[in-house]
Amino acid sequence: MSIQVSSIRKTFGAFTALNGVDLHVPSGKLVALLGPSGSGKTTLLRIIAGLEFADEGSGQIQFHGVDVTRVPAGQRKVGFVFQHYALFRHMTIFENIAFGLKVRPRAERPAAREIAERVRFLLKLVQLEGLEGRYPSQLSGGQRQRIALARALAVDPKVLLLDEPFGALDAKVRKELRRWLRRFHDEIHLTTVFVTHDQEEALEIADEVVIMNQAKVEQVGTPQEVYDRPASPFVYQFLGNVNVLRAQALAHAGAHQPHAGALESDGRVYVRPHDIEVIPHIPGAPGMAAVLRYVHAAGPQARLTLEQVQTRETIEVEIARSELSLLDLKTGDLVNLRLRQGHSFADDYAI
Amino acid sequence: MSFVRAQRSVLPGFGLSLGFTLTYLSLIVLIPLSAAFIKTAGMSWADFMTAVASPRVMASYRLSFFASLAAGLVNSFFGLIVAWVLVRYSFPGKRVVDALVDLPFALPTAVAGIALTAIYSKNGWVGQYLEPHGIKIAFTEIGVFMALTFIGLPFVVRTLQPVLSELEPEIEEASATLGANRWQTITRVILPELLPPLITGFALSFARALGEYGSVVFISGNMPMRTEITPLLIITKLEQYDYHGATAIAVVMLVASFSMLLVINLLQKWSRRYYQV
Repeated sequence: MSIQVSSIRKTFGAFTALNGVDLHVPSGKLVALLGPSGSGKTTLLRIIAGLEFADEGSGQIQFHGVDVTRVPAGQRKVGFVFQHYALFRHMTIFENIAFGLKVRPRAERPAAREIAERVRFLLKLVQLEGLEGRYPSQLSGGQRQRIALARALAVDPKVLLLDEPFGALDAKVRKELRRWLRRFHDEIHLTTVFVTHDQEEALEIADEVVIMNQAKVEQVGTPQEVYDRPASPFVYQFLGNVNVLRAQALAHAGAHQPHAGALESDGRVYVRPHDIEVIPHIPGAPGMAAVLRYVHAAGPQARLTLEQVQTRETIEVEIARSELSLLDLKTGDLVNLRLRQGHSFADDYAI
Repeated sequence: MSFVRAQRSVLPGFGLSLGFTLTYLSLIVLIPLSAAFIKTAGMSWADFMTAVASPRVMASYRLSFFASLAAGLVNSFFGLIVAWVLVRYSFPGKRVVDALVDLPFALPTAVAGIALTAIYSKNGWVGQYLEPHGIKIAFTEIGVFMALTFIGLPFVVRTLQPVLSELEPEIEEASATLGANRWQTITRVILPELLPPLITGFALSFARALGEYGSVVFISGNMPMRTEITPLLIITKLEQYDYHGATAIAVVMLVASFSMLLVINLLQKWSRRYYQV
């Protein structure tokens, strides 16, 4: 089921959480709402779920063409998963998952045997068979979150909404669980929207990434699109590390040949650390001279911190470890930097 | 013989604090109470039985027990509502209402008794309207129950408030997204979470009511066989220099109260079973 959000506004007192947001979530896709805290992403998710309502007179929420703007949460057929699981701690895992079925009116409620079958099926789906009789407090964080997912799926939702689902987990479990979620989504093909502030997470598993900032949608696209062609300096900076360099200085150093018109931009060039080449310093050679200040060599890539000789700007560069050992550099050495690619933005943009 | 050292702990002082606890409890609770037992031990079994099982004493047990039970239950119900309103809503004068809850703690119980009697007696503010309908409150069992309810209210409210304010709103939202209506969310999600503090509040209110004396003597009228509570009977016996009779009844009260509190504690443990990891 597709979701259509049109010009939704939401204010909390003087604070504007969403300022005329439009969004289309295609049926069966896994979509990430990505943004810094306070960008409105969780509010948007909660409005889609019906846990929060948009301001009077603002736009609509449609599920598959049907207007649900005024429909309460319980009737929207959405599955919602909370950051801190929100499991019912006085109920066993079985009772937690069965809850959504047991609260149905008598006429629609499945028989006890059917409920039991459904619970066992869902436990198998989230790979936690045999935990029916436990209480939530006896489970690990990753297990609890999968139970919360099973509970949300029990009512056969048409849309699955996850609010920072991996936010409360430690780094390793988080990685495992997000890959599992991706595989899981490939199996069940349920329209899914999840909120995250972790760009790595969004870029790794989502079909489509929606980047939000200051109550607005900044850009929508596949992970590759938003990473390779950021629509604004904000997106550029939010999706990974970036060096912001003055275009003038670069042009003088001959390090960067700006595209036609680029210099009429805000005068800044955005360069990813891995798009900078480090070559030995030869006077007169193309590239800008820089002094090596620090080397962080833990991990697959070496991170170098350099200072440009002319402008004294700090530049971060990432190169392969093997390349670093070939260059045989010490801190204080002079090198030349060449940009493989950089971005400039036509709009004057305050960051 | 080797000397076994206690395991090192970040929080040392277990021996010291346990010793202190036991000494303190002994001085404050156990020694005075055991005096009651020692005094009673001097009685013959027949004397003891006449003292604790005479019809007048039995009637007082019944009144004390049932009036306290009723007061505890009523307090649990209305205390829950008061705590709910105080935690969930903000309204002008909330601080004042919050402070009012503690008043039964602070007020001398005799003052409470006199005030309640004045209000509910035949020509009191409320009593004058009830009297024509044949409803009597002062000097009846209902009066006793009213006084016990009054003094027990803060216990339920104060034990529920912190738990209620820590209840995550997410569990209610989860319940709502799963299709539960408001009533189902309250009865199946919120109330079970509140059961442990509710039982504690009930137990405290009930125990307080069993031992209450000051406020009840004024409103009950103290008619033998009808509105005489057990603590009053103990005082009456003391005034008649029947020390043995008084302590015998005290011992029965003690044993009964202690076993009831023990049962409530077990109930409490059961209601928290899901916390154990």
